[in-house]
Amino acid sequence: METPDSVPGSLSLAALAGSPRRVRKERLISRVMFCAALVSVVVSALIIYALFSEAWIFMRDVDWSSTWGELGWFPRRGIYDMPTLLVASLWTTLIAMIVAAPLGMGAAIYLSEYARPTDRAILKPILEILAGIPSVVLGFFALLWLAPNVVAHIGGEGGRGSMLTAGIGVGILTVPLVASISEDAMAAVPKSLREASAGLGARNAVTTVRVVLPAAVSGLVASLIVAVSRALGETMVVFMAGGAADAAIRTYSPYDGSLTMPSAMASLASGTDQVVGEGLTFQSLFFVGLVLFLLTLGLNLVGDRFVNRVREQY
Amino acid sequence: MTFSTIGTVARRGANGFERKRTDVAGGLFKAVILSALVVSLLVLAVLLIDTVADAWSQLSTRTWDFLNGSLRSRSIDDKLGVKQGLYGSFWIGVFVALTAFPIGVGAAIYLEEYANKSRLAAVIELVIRNLAGVPSVVYGLLGLFLFVERSTIFGFVGLGWLADATGGRSVLSAGLTLAVLVLPIVIITAQEAVRSVPSGLKEGAYGLGATKSEMVRTQILPYAAPGILTGTLLAMSRAIGEAAPLILVGAITGGLTRNPELWDTSGLREKFTALPIIIVEWVSERGRDPGFSEAAAAAIVVLLVLVLLLNMTAILLRNRFEKKRG
Amino acid sequence: MTAIDDLTEGPDSEHLLEVGAESPAMPEVVFDVEELSVYYGDFQAVQDASLQVHEHEITAFIGPSGCGKTTLLRCFNRMNDLIETARVTGSLRYHGVDLYDSKVDAVEVRRRIGMVFQKPNPFPKSIRANVEYGPKVAGLAKKGPAMDDIVENSLRKAALWDEVKDRLDDNALGLSGGQQQRLCIARAIATDPDVLLMDEPCSALDPIATTRIEELMHGLKDDYSIVIVTHNMQQAARVSDRTAFFSVNVNPESDTRTGILVEYDSTQQMFSNPSDERTENYVTGRFG
Repeated sequence: METPDSVPGSLSLAALAGSPRRVRKERLISRVMFCAALVSVVVSALIIYALFSEAWIFMRDVDWSSTWGELGWFPRRGIYDMPTLLVASLWTTLIAMIVAAPLGMGAAIYLSEYARPTDRAILKPILEILAGIPSVVLGFFALLWLAPNVVAHIGGEGGRGSMLTAGIGVGILTVPLVASISEDAMAAVPKSLREASAGLGARNAVTTVRVVLPAAVSGLVASLIVAVSRALGETMVVFMAGGAADAAIRTYSPYDGSLTMPSAMASLASGTDQVVGEGLTFQSLFFVGLVLFLLTLGLNLVGDRFVNRVREQY
Repeated sequence: MTFSTIGTVARRGANGFERKRTDVAGGLFKAVILSALVVSLLVLAVLLIDTVADAWSQLSTRTWDFLNGSLRSRSIDDKLGVKQGLYGSFWIGVFVALTAFPIGVGAAIYLEEYANKSRLAAVIELVIRNLAGVPSVVYGLLGLFLFVERSTIFGFVGLGWLADATGGRSVLSAGLTLAVLVLPIVIITAQEAVRSVPSGLKEGAYGLGATKSEMVRTQILPYAAPGILTGTLLAMSRAIGEAAPLILVGAITGGLTRNPELWDTSGLREKFTALPIIIVEWVSERGRDPGFSEAAAAAIVVLLVLVLLLNMTAILLRNRFEKKRG
Repeated sequence: MTAIDDLTEGPDSEHLLEVGAESPAMPEVVFDVEELSVYYGDFQAVQDASLQVHEHEITAFIGPSGCGKTTLLRCFNRMNDLIETARVTGSLRYHGVDLYDSKVDAVEVRRRIGMVFQKPNPFPKSIRANVEYGPKVAGLAKKGPAMDDIVENSLRKAALWDEVKDRLDDNALGLSGGQQQRLCIARAIATDPDVLLMDEPCSALDPIATTRIEELMHGLKDDYSIVIVTHNMQQAARVSDRTAFFSVNVNPESDTRTGILVEYDSTQQMFSNPSDERTENYVTGRFG
C-alpha cells in the first residue's frame, strides 16, 4: 500500500486497476445470478412450447365437429365438446365469485376501516391461515360438509358433488385472495382523503362508501379479476366436489355435476398409469391446458393493469 | 392537523349531541361488513372442527399406526396409513427447498442488485409476475412434458435424458415440477426482502471497498434472511399442499406396495404418492367403503398440521422481524 | 497559498494548473478536477467544476441544497457508479491517475479513499466486526494480533477507543449517534486510505457530538487528506483550510437545477473577503 508521502503525483494506473482475479470472480458471480433469473424465462418458454406443440397436433388432427355441439366431454372416446367444459367453468367461477366477492371485500373493508390494530393483529393471520389451506382440504369439505349441510338446503343434492358445491368451495378458497388485494387497495387510499371526509362531518360508513371505496375501485376490480383467474384454474376442489369423473354430459344446470377445464385435465390424467384412449386423448390434455393458460394469462394481465393503476394514483 | 381536529369535533357532535337520531344505516353497514368477516372465520372453524371430528375414529385409537401404515384396499385395516404419502410430501418439500430456494434467491438478487433496471430485467420481472398466476395444473402439464413423456423440442433437442435422470413418474419429477411452480413465490418474496435492506448499509459496505458480491454476502443476505426464509417456508407449504400437478406428473393412487422409511433415498426415482393424493384417493373410495371418509379426514389432519406449522412459522417469523425493525 | 488567494474564479482551470506548476512549495495535489460535469440521465447535476484538493488539508464543499456538492464528492470514490444513470464528463485525476479511466476499478478506488456518510450507518454487527470489515474485504489482515492492532489503532485515531475498549463485541447499534459516526470514521480509517470523504458527517448529530467530530478532524489532517461536504458554514469556517462554494443555476426553460462551482479559495479568504457576490451573500447569510 502506498502511503500518501511516497506517491507524489504519480500513482500508476495499474495500481488502481484492481486484481484481475477479483474482477473475474465478480463477473462469474454476476453471470450465475443472471442464469438464476433466466430460469423463469426458460420455464415460461418451456410451458408455452409444451402447450403449443402438443395442442397443435390436436388442432391439426382433430375432427373439429367433435369439439362443438356434441353431447358432452368424452375424451377417451374421441369426443371433445368444449362448451361442456366452458359452461361448467363459467358456472363454478360465477358461483365462486358470488361467495368470494362479498365475503372477501367485506372482510377487507372491516379490517381496513373498522378493526382496531389489536383486532387486526389477530384477524389477519387467521385469514392468512385460511389462505394456506390446501385445495384438496376444501374439496373434501365441500363434498362432505357443504353438500349435505348447505347445498341440500338450496335445491341441490347432499349426497354427491355438483357445480354448485364445487363453486362454493372454490369461492371459500378465493376469499383470502380477494380480501388481501382489496385491503391493499384501500390501504393505499391516502389518510388525508378520509380526514377530509370526516372533517365534513361524514360518518365512518359514509366515508367508506363515498370516499374510500370509489378511490380504491381499481384495486377492488383487480381483486375480482385475479380471483376469477384463480377460480378458473382451480383444479382439486372441482375434481373432488364437481360431481363428475372422467367424462361429463353437457349441462346448463349448476345442480348437476360436470367437468371444468382443469378438472377435466386432472380426470384425464388420473386413475390409470397412463393417459389412454383414442389417438388424440393425450394431446387434448394440452389443448385444454392451452385454452386455460391463455384465459388466465389474459385475466392476470388485465388485473395487473388495475393494480398498477392504484399504485400510480397515489 | 386542521382536518383531524374538525373531524373529532364533528364526530363528537354526531355521537354526543344527536344521539337520538341513531345512525341506523351506518350501524347496518358495519353489521353487514362484520358479518362477512365472521362468516369467513366460521367457515374456517367449521372446516377444522368437522375434519377433526371425522378424523377422530382413526387418530384417537391408532395415531402411530396411521402415520406408519400404507395404502390399503379396506378402511378397517391395521396397516392402513399415510407413510407413503408422508414420504412423497417430505421429499417434495426437500427438493423444493434445494432447488427453488437457491435459484429464487439468486434471481431476486440479480433483479434487485445486478440488473440495473435494464429492459431485459423488466422483461424477466413481467415473466415472473405472470408465472405466479399460471394455474397449477398447467405446471403439471410442464412436468408431464419434461420428465415423463420423453418429448423433443423442435424435433431435435431430446428430453429423454430428463426422464432417465428423474425416473419419470417419480418423487424427483414431482419435486422439481413443484419447485418450478413455487419459484415465482420465492423470487417475489425474496425481492421484497432484498429491497428492504437500508441503502445506508449497502453504501457503507461499498464505501469500504467491498465488491458487489461481498456486499451481497455481508449485508443483504444477513439482513434479508428472515424475509427470504418466510417466503421459502410459505412456498414449501404451498408445494406440500398441491395435488393437481402431481396427478398430471403421475402420482400413484393404487397398487403402491413399497413403503420406504423417510430417509430411504432409494425410493426417490420410483413410483410415488403424496399426502394430498392419498386424500383424493380415499375420498373417491368412500363410495365403496364409507370408512375411507374418516381415513381421508385423518390424512387431512396430518397434512394440515404440516402445512399450518410451516405457515405459522413463516407468519410469526415475519411479524417478529417487522416489529423488531419498526 | 498566496497564489491561490489571488484566484478570482474557481472554474478557471488553466489558471489553476499554471499556479500549481509555478509554486513548488504548494502541497501535493490529491484530486485534480477539471471541467467535471455529472449527469443523472438527461439531468445535469454538476456543471464544469474545476478545483484541486491538496494533501493534508481539509477541503470543505459548501452551498445550498441541490447545488451538487454531494454529487461531486461521490465522484471522488466513484460512489456515483452505483446509480445506473449517472454519467461523468471532464477529468478527475487522483494522484495523476484518471479515476474514470476504463481500466480503473471502482472497488480499488474505494479501498484507498474512505467515505463517511451523512447518517451514521454502522453495520448491525459488533463494534469490532465493523472496524474489521474493510481490512477483511481488502485482504489486509486476517483475524489475529495484526487485526487486533488495526482495530485498536483505528478506534484510537477516531477517539473512540477509550469509550468502547471494554465492549468491542457489543452491537454497534447500541452506541450513541456521535459514537456511531466516530465508529464509521474508525471503520473508514481501518482500510488505511489516504483520503477521507465526509458527506455532511454531523448533520444527524447534536452540537456536542459535532464538536467532538470537528476536533477529531483536526487531528486526522496529519495523516489524511479530507474533503468534507457541509451545509453548515460555521463548520466549514472552523475546520477547513480551503472552501469551495457551490450554487444552483436554475434553467428557466426546462425548470431544471444545475450545480455550479462559484468560487474556490482558502477558507480565510472565502469568509473574510470573497470575490464573488454570490459567495458573499451566502456566507453573510443573505441567501441560502
